[in-house]
Amino acid sequence: MRFIDPHIHMSARTTDDYERMAAAGVVAVIEPAFWLGQPRTHVGTFIDYLANLVGWERFRASQFGIRHYCTIGLNSKEANNEALAEQVMDILPLFLGKEGVVAVGEIGYDDQTEAEDKFYRAQLQLARDLGMLVQVHTPHRDKKRGTTRSMDVAVEMGLDPGSVIIDHNNEETVQEVLDRGFWAAFTIYPETKMGSERMVEIARRYGSNRIFIDSSADWGKSDPLAVPKTARLMIERGIPRSNVEAICYGNALAAFGSSGQFKEEDWLIHQPRDERLLYLGNSVLRGQQPRVDELPAIPEFDERRIVK
Amino acid sequence: MTPVELLGRWLAARLPESALAWLANGIERCSTGIADRDLYLLMSAVSRHVGKGPLALTDAELAAGSASRPGWDPRDWTLDQAVRVYLLCASTSGGAQCSVRLDRLCSAADIGELVAYYRGLPLYPDQPRYALRAAEGVRSNMRVVFEAVAHRNPYPSEEFTEAAWNQLVLKALFVGSPLAPIVGLDRRRNPTLARMLCDYAHERWAASRPVSPELWRCVGLFAAGPVLEDFVRLFERGTADEQQAAALGLREATDPGAARLLELHAPVTRDGRDSSLAWERLTAAGT
Repeated sequence: MRFIDPHIHMSARTTDDYERMAAAGVVAVIEPAFWLGQPRTHVGTFIDYLANLVGWERFRASQFGIRHYCTIGLNSKEANNEALAEQVMDILPLFLGKEGVVAVGEIGYDDQTEAEDKFYRAQLQLARDLGMLVQVHTPHRDKKRGTTRSMDVAVEMGLDPGSVIIDHNNEETVQEVLDRGFWAAFTIYPETKMGSERMVEIARRYGSNRIFIDSSADWGKSDPLAVPKTARLMIERGIPRSNVEAICYGNALAAFGSSGQFKEEDWLIHQPRDERLLYLGNSVLRGQQPRVDELPAIPEFDERRIVK
Repeated sequence: MTPVELLGRWLAARLPESALAWLANGIERCSTGIADRDLYLLMSAVSRHVGKGPLALTDAELAAGSASRPGWDPRDWTLDQAVRVYLLCASTSGGAQCSVRLDRLCSAADIGELVAYYRGLPLYPDQPRYALRAAEGVRSNMRVVFEAVAHRNPYPSEEFTEAAWNQLVLKALFVGSPLAPIVGLDRRRNPTLARMLCDYAHERWAASRPVSPELWRCVGLFAAGPVLEDFVRLFERGTADEQQAAALGLREATDPGAARLLELHAPVTRDGRDSSLAWERLTAAGT
């Protein structure tokens, strides 16, 4: 099975992670712009970070046969340094139009402060003006109310729910998100947020419409194989294969694909791991249909237990 | 016709009407004093408007290109790259503004943009200003960015110091990039580079790793004394390509020992074939 991890901070991960993800069938990842574990103090470090997301990290992923995309935005935690946040807002437009930038994100609330609200709204406005999707980080604390508020403000700012991905859902938030027409993403974490077992039950109860999962793996304890592992568990527990494929691949493709910057042909058309071909040679394949029969074989999932 | 005018003409013959209208508007804004921020927004969105198809120049167009700017070889350029360079050139009145804008564009560039800006180096006004920027491209760990400076680009051979030039050649070998497309490769050969390359070959041999036969193209001219031992090794233990490279290299050496070695190991190579073509065949065989 093929997988997309639509929320993972690869710049904090190792080459071993890339290798294991590729071996497990992950074909594409989306890296949201986030914070680095401690707050930045200069706008220049934001510029270099965002340039890294569209530059080096994308190249690095390609070396492992994984297509890398990103979302660009000012995260909620760092929105609380208002003077710096204003400067960051000025430089975001430099990056939002670039290739492979699939949404404004991840933005939203953390402590639900006034400053967070101000910059969440400003970025929703930017997304609306540029016709872009939005990837919303919902808060860890006071989650249910924060999620509702995130959606209220998005609607108030004129966003179509179908162009907004609400991330980090749980059992308490999912019903309202789906009822209001937003995309519902679930982060599968080893301990906090959602575990794979709970996700199986959500898939059983809510089906696969507008639901998808991600790992949100970053510099903390997290699992870059969360998507394929959860897929395996869902299949073991009897979730229909087509639903598993929708939750672990198809729905993320549909949600972010409407940006025009996230296309299945990017990874379906087999290309050698040659960065010249990957980045400059797309034209070589223009007009051709993806040929499924020539896809590279995806190895069976294997956790590589070296010592048993 | 200037190179920039040629870019405009080539693009006009290739882009669909909607993309051309977008480009004309961009050029209009650029040539009437566009603000930095607007230029950066315009530049990032280029591929969304014109795509990334090949520019696919004809032989006649390539000839016109190198006539307007000696050494310019845009045969591998794509439409978005041509548009980016065209817009940047149109937006700047002189070298001072161009180099500042180029640096700022590069600081927020994605990979495709970096390739375009580095490929455009030979067209920017006041050429010596960009040597540090070009050397930065050579330091890139992204091979495609490195090659945008190193391959089919006359800029390094014209503006690099010997030290920077030698790093470029050595880096090409390190990243497995062919030497033949480096413009000015033969003209900029120097004894220091030859010594660095021999040291590099020895390191590779010590680690039982292969050495690109192309390396000897920059060494043969200076082959004398102990370096001739390296050529003996190539003749006696090398692959067929390495033997041919050794013979091609030694043909240019002035040391009498080199002539004796050639007589002994490769008498048949003195047939007056074009050596740069022979080197290119070796490149093709090695990649």
